[in-house]
Amino acid sequence: MSLHPTTPAFKANAHQALGDTELQKALGHVQGGFIAKRAAAVARLPEFDDLRDNARDIKDHVLAHLDLYIEHYEQRVRDAGGHVHFARSSEEACKTIVDICRTHGAKSVTKGKSMVSEEIGLNDAIEAAGMVAVETDLGEYIIQLRHETPSHIIAPAVHLTKEQVEQDFRRVHTHLAVDRDLSQPVQLLTEARGILREKFLAADVGITGANFLIAETGTSIIVTNEGNGDLTQTLPKVHIVIASIEKIVPTLEDASQLLRVLARSATGQDMSVYTTLSTGPRRAEDPDGPEAYHVVLVDNGRSAMLGGEFEDMLRCIRCGACMNHCPVYHAVGGHAYGWVYPGPMGAVLTPSLIGVEKGGQLPNASTFCGRCESVCPVRIPLPKLMRHWREREFERHLTPAVQRGGLALWAFFASRPALYKPATALAMRMLGFFGRTKGRFASLPFAGGWTKYRDLPAPSGQTFQTAWRARRGGRR
Amino acid sequence: MAESLPTRPPRVGLFATCLVDLFRPAVGFAAAKLLEDAGCEVVVPPQTCCGQPAYNSGDRQTSRALALQMMDAFSGCDYIVVPSGSCGGMISRHYPELFEDEPQLARRARDFAGKTYELVSFLTDVRGVTTVDAAYEGPVTYHDSCSGLRELGIHDQPRKLLASVRGLELVEMDEADVCCGFGGTFAVKYGEISDAIVSKKAAHVTASGAPLLLAGDLGCLMNMAGKLSRAGSAIQVRHVAEVLAGLTDEPPIGAAREVKS
Repeated sequence: MSLHPTTPAFKANAHQALGDTELQKALGHVQGGFIAKRAAAVARLPEFDDLRDNARDIKDHVLAHLDLYIEHYEQRVRDAGGHVHFARSSEEACKTIVDICRTHGAKSVTKGKSMVSEEIGLNDAIEAAGMVAVETDLGEYIIQLRHETPSHIIAPAVHLTKEQVEQDFRRVHTHLAVDRDLSQPVQLLTEARGILREKFLAADVGITGANFLIAETGTSIIVTNEGNGDLTQTLPKVHIVIASIEKIVPTLEDASQLLRVLARSATGQDMSVYTTLSTGPRRAEDPDGPEAYHVVLVDNGRSAMLGGEFEDMLRCIRCGACMNHCPVYHAVGGHAYGWVYPGPMGAVLTPSLIGVEKGGQLPNASTFCGRCESVCPVRIPLPKLMRHWREREFERHLTPAVQRGGLALWAFFASRPALYKPATALAMRMLGFFGRTKGRFASLPFAGGWTKYRDLPAPSGQTFQTAWRARRGGRR
Repeated sequence: MAESLPTRPPRVGLFATCLVDLFRPAVGFAAAKLLEDAGCEVVVPPQTCCGQPAYNSGDRQTSRALALQMMDAFSGCDYIVVPSGSCGGMISRHYPELFEDEPQLARRARDFAGKTYELVSFLTDVRGVTTVDAAYEGPVTYHDSCSGLRELGIHDQPRKLLASVRGLELVEMDEADVCCGFGGTFAVKYGEISDAIVSKKAAHVTASGAPLLLAGDLGCLMNMAGKLSRAGSAIQVRHVAEVLAGLTDEPPIGAAREVKS
């Protein structure tokens, strides 16, 4: 529930996560489910990689002409009877939304899942204004009961086991029979559904995010698997859409191209169960819908990324494939990343949005295995962008002194072959000698970072270059 | 390209990589044998490191200096061959990025990158090798190192050559394509997370039932061997080139070289 990043404490967070047995059990599901389902969906669609190219190109085009499309989008929303509000910062966005809620005398606000609302700390702002905010996505509802933040951008409660959810429901839903059976997931779902139904009907304002905003029509699109977004936006008198500026795409055709890669990358579905388009408030001939329709477009640091080396990151369509395939995410889960966006996309985006001083741990905490980039539906070169952050840190002397010193010492020798060869030959002869009977070191001065967790295999004793010259004589 | 090749054997500069140079010369000799068997002349110019540790630590200046040093050292070679997908990827994918803003150096880096190959992919994709003359009795399992797999597309090549080793049976482990947690300095900077990742890898290796683990990158191999031995496992670990070259006299990675007297 906090906006305050714990990202600088990433290592401590990770340590805690690695020792959390319930979390580790829950994380096992990420690895199994998402990866296999995505792979199967991709295998069913031979043109998937071409679609990824298309998706990348669509987003690149938008970003190159974002001002134009925003202007067009705003006009179209107004044509449809809606309102567009621009928010430069979290504070402005929260204030705008709270003001709209107040104007309509709202007491209760329902919310569809929205990561940007997490980013701006919207729930806290709504509650501070004396209103109640109810998350209606099942995962979001669960973590709201626990006063937690999402640990995954599409599966916010993926860090929990069903036993933990059962405990929370029993703790909070005290009006229900104590002896009810909640051992099966479907029973948990049914219970949440019953409770949320009342909240949907009682809500004065419904807030949803947007997966896409369509410039040609002024339409916002959300995808869900639970239908909670539809109930959130059609039942209350007021519908507020909150979205960051890069969600805009030119046409419905572009959005449908992107939809083809979104669900496949996210959950391995061909399409999400619900894809809902909304354009303006209820028209006279509409059977239902809100009386007022507002869009709050949030910048919060994004326009500063345009035209720079992190612009590629603005292509992100928030599918979560990068974290689903990330060995670091699998090991520590999403909360360890310490802010709103976890995994590889978070490792690039977080320093852009909260500053590299606070977010700098994240782009360093990667093995650069490249699996994230290999599954990204819009081909964001995530390892390359993480490396750019490391470069910015190095330039600004933010790299830790020990690492910097070690690197400088190594660079000194590596850039002087005439020194390197005798120095390494001597060092390896000694290491090889001391390691000859065991073949490995269980501990070694200056190598504690390695040997704390694993043995260091001992070197053979003679370097390859020395041995090569000895065996092959004058032949280089 | 084939018709323009000179009649003399191609001159291949073997870049052993710093880890092989320092820790496991056997891999360098295995690579040289495989290259010579494939009809190449092998030279070993004085060498240190490709610069990847600096590059991935954000130190572009040092990476550039080392890239220039590499390009000078191997300037007389038709090809540069590396028994590592990681260092091979550094040269063939990232050297050109280092000089993006300097057209002349960029061209040189691109040329150099275009002549640089990972060992197994060079043997199969460039030299057309389909079989090797080697024998190894028993099951082995193979780990796909990340850079080789995802930057250079090395997946089928080692499996194809391993299939030609007499007596060898390849047993695939689960998640062979998932990172071992090495990641260069990551293994030390984030040792605890690295440990969690390599522990999973060690479990998959063990579950495969194969008594020998192979891969194409010494960094990953040292990480996995170090974890397996720390966990008390008897599974042996070798670079794939050692088995393909039939040079398995050297004790496995992390195994004793001398019996205590």
